[in-house]
Amino acid sequence: MLELHEIKKIFNPGTAAEVTAVRSLTARFEPESFTVVVGANGSGKSTLLNLIAGSIYPDEGRITLHGRDIKKLPDYRRSRWIARVFQNPLLGTAASLTVLDNFRMAALRRSVKWIRPGTDRAFVRHVQERVASLGMGLEDKLAQSMGTLSGGQRQALTLLMTVMADVDILLLDEPSAALDPRSARQVMEIAERIISENKLTALLVTHNISEALRYGNRLIQMENGQIVRDYDRSSKASLSQADVVSWFDYY
Amino acid sequence: MDFYLAAILQALCFGPLVIGLFLSMKVFNIPDITTDGSYTLGAVITATALSNGYTALPAMILSMAGGAIAGGCTALIHTRLRIHALLAGILVMTALYSINLVILGRSNLPLLGYENLFTLVGIFSHADLNTLVILLCILVLLLGSMSYLLTSDFGIAMRATGDSEVMIRAQGVNTSWMKLYGLAISNALVAGSGGLMAQFQGYADINMGIGIVISGLGAVIIGDTLINFVQIRSVPLSLLCVLFGVIIFQLILATALTLGIDATLLKLTTSLLVLAIVALPRVRSAWQ
Repeated sequence: MLELHEIKKIFNPGTAAEVTAVRSLTARFEPESFTVVVGANGSGKSTLLNLIAGSIYPDEGRITLHGRDIKKLPDYRRSRWIARVFQNPLLGTAASLTVLDNFRMAALRRSVKWIRPGTDRAFVRHVQERVASLGMGLEDKLAQSMGTLSGGQRQALTLLMTVMADVDILLLDEPSAALDPRSARQVMEIAERIISENKLTALLVTHNISEALRYGNRLIQMENGQIVRDYDRSSKASLSQADVVSWFDYY
Repeated sequence: MDFYLAAILQALCFGPLVIGLFLSMKVFNIPDITTDGSYTLGAVITATALSNGYTALPAMILSMAGGAIAGGCTALIHTRLRIHALLAGILVMTALYSINLVILGRSNLPLLGYENLFTLVGIFSHADLNTLVILLCILVLLLGSMSYLLTSDFGIAMRATGDSEVMIRAQGVNTSWMKLYGLAISNALVAGSGGLMAQFQGYADINMGIGIVISGLGAVIIGDTLINFVQIRSVPLSLLCVLFGVIIFQLILATALTLGIDATLLKLTTSLLVLAIVALPRVRSAWQ
């Protein structure tokens, strides 16, 4: 279980550019929950994900995972438990490396990368099986460099890479926003399948209202660095698109 | 003919240097200027060790250790203090000038009369051929070990660090440490080159490293052009291309010298040559 307690984050404190990105945020994310986060630009959604992932540290508050305080751990240490998919499909994979090498690193997410050959035949077969499960025909392209694939293909592979090793938390930062509608749908369906098959705790940040309603079993809205609305599974199911859109009409 | 053989031997002495530069510049994407200093450092340590009665092998090991420390310093300045890699390299390079002077005790140390790596083997009566055999053995060993390193799990993490830090940090890799290892290995190789060169030319000079990074860069770029031209993705072949690059580069320079270019203009020629190599692809695409 992931818990955030009284988290506060101010950017550029004491300067004219001071921004309170997150103020006194407390939240609990139960195991196997799939939380969708919506909110206007600048409401603190991405900051929330960055705080959980460890790319930035909170000024105040506690972040605990399974009861352990992870607030001071840098992102590369939290990656043992927390995986992340970015809006930019190019960020999740290394373009000049082959698909296979990318997957090798993902498989070693929780372990030390020793000086020994790891991409042996058994590993190739293993990756082929996993990649074939995407149904995108990419299993024959493992020797290609990642940069030769499309954004949608890279995003799908990034998703698959997150579950090459056991992780608990999956953070999805608008994973489909940079993709065409068909690829977007495909990527979101893969995400949902991966989350349920691997029993992950997931957070999805999205601006796409229909996506927010279709996926997940909890919906929260952020505004001014705080959670202002919180819908559980049953109350989320009764929400309509118009309801959610109306949340943004507060001018 | 002997003149060109000497050029090739010199190019082979630069072999570890260009592999090191390939590592820092191409694999890690870090423009590492420490090279100028660590090359001289390698030569200086080797020369001092040989003149103090050490044999060639410990001398080379000490040189490479020195280079590794120098590279580590650059990496620490770059990653811990968040200073641009270029500036970090220049800082260490400048500091190394004094350190080299202290180690050598003077500005030039001849090594004639001391046993060295190239006098170990006496297969041929011609000394240059013995040197060639030894250098080729060293480069085969280097190529093999670097290929193994770069294709290992650790090596994939290294290459990913140069490609996408966000991606590899998400896979649990501390990129600061990776850069430290990378620059340490790179500069150890560069210092190894310095040590080889000191033994090959029979002296160490405090100024022998000036502009060496540019010569190395020229070779790496020729190698990179070859890699892209033949569309190579395999690591061993890429490294081989870089080694070809340095031989081609040194042969072009040697040809320029035989065509009557004054030796005092050597650095100018080198610079212009590298400029031409860098600029040619751009000029071509500008015309199209």
